[in-house]
Amino acid sequence: MDLTLQFVPYAEISGLSSVGRIRKLLKLAKEGNIVLLEGRLRKEEEAELIKTTMEEINEDFQGIELGVVYPDKTATDFLQRMKSGVINLMMGDRTGFTIVGPASIVKEIRRDPNKIQLLTKAPQKLSKKKAHK
Amino acid sequence: MFGFFQDVMSGLIGGLFRSRKKVKLGLYGPPNGGKTTLANRICSDWLGEEMGSVSPIAHETREVQMKDQVTIKSGRKELSFSLVDTPGIATKIDYEDFMKKGMKEGEAKIRAKEATKGVIDAIKWLDDMDTVVVVLDSTKDPYSQVNITIIGNLVARNIPILIVGNKTDLRKADLKKLEAAFPQYQVIGMSAKEGTNLDQFYHSLFELIG
Repeated sequence: MDLTLQFVPYAEISGLSSVGRIRKLLKLAKEGNIVLLEGRLRKEEEAELIKTTMEEINEDFQGIELGVVYPDKTATDFLQRMKSGVINLMMGDRTGFTIVGPASIVKEIRRDPNKIQLLTKAPQKLSKKKAHK
Repeated sequence: MFGFFQDVMSGLIGGLFRSRKKVKLGLYGPPNGGKTTLANRICSDWLGEEMGSVSPIAHETREVQMKDQVTIKSGRKELSFSLVDTPGIATKIDYEDFMKKGMKEGEAKIRAKEATKGVIDAIKWLDDMDTVVVVLDSTKDPYSQVNITIIGNLVARNIPILIVGNKTDLRKADLKKLEAAFPQYQVIGMSAKEGTNLDQFYHSLFELIG
């Protein structure tokens, strides 16, 4: 089974509406790609992504696995946070990354503060891939 | 003149009702965290009747359920709210998972279809909530994206949050991990099934809403 990891730079979604961003990510996932998006969606967009996913579930598409990793806890300095806040406001939230994978391929995305684990399904046996932050 | 009198009266009456503190209290979380078990516990304690059915198979609650006029008491204080039990929020639903639990294919497909609708409804209802209790299974990984998305959306809507770490009666329960995952929120450990630590939960509700 081929496993495709598709990187989506933030610039590719920055000009899209919320609906457009969600449609783009979901389309890639439904095509069987594991999407690695630079940056993250807004919280409301994450909920909307779940809602849209539910609307599209059928016998062939069981949904997605979603994982967001963002390092904003490290920005403890007030000025640094202000700076990144202003940049995010102007250019969108490019910090961290978002993983969206089809549930038929990605069994689970496990995360803790220090690492993220992507557990994939394989036809014969379960393969385990780790990506450290 | 009459308009002025009407405004004063409606202000007085409105103020009287506002002081009764009636709010919509939502129970949110991933499937099988124990939302309906907690809803049943609250309703049994204060109304003498249960709210919904529970099952070890995920997505037993597939429709938003609401119980009006739940009033809890602590000493002289009273708190009235509408209790809203919501379907568990998930990013995937596979009817074959239900078949693995012993359901027939047709039944499993219907359950999956209803479950997807339930998730959509639960998300839609977020905007109507005044306060939310996020019910998490304390034996499971707290860093799941669904948990983070739910809490992030509540924060974005300025909705006060109380986190319940449910199922503390189970050996695998790890409340410390849950507290470490969400250090900015109060986390109440409890077993809704066994009814342990309910007093602290009710006390926290008064602090949050009262």
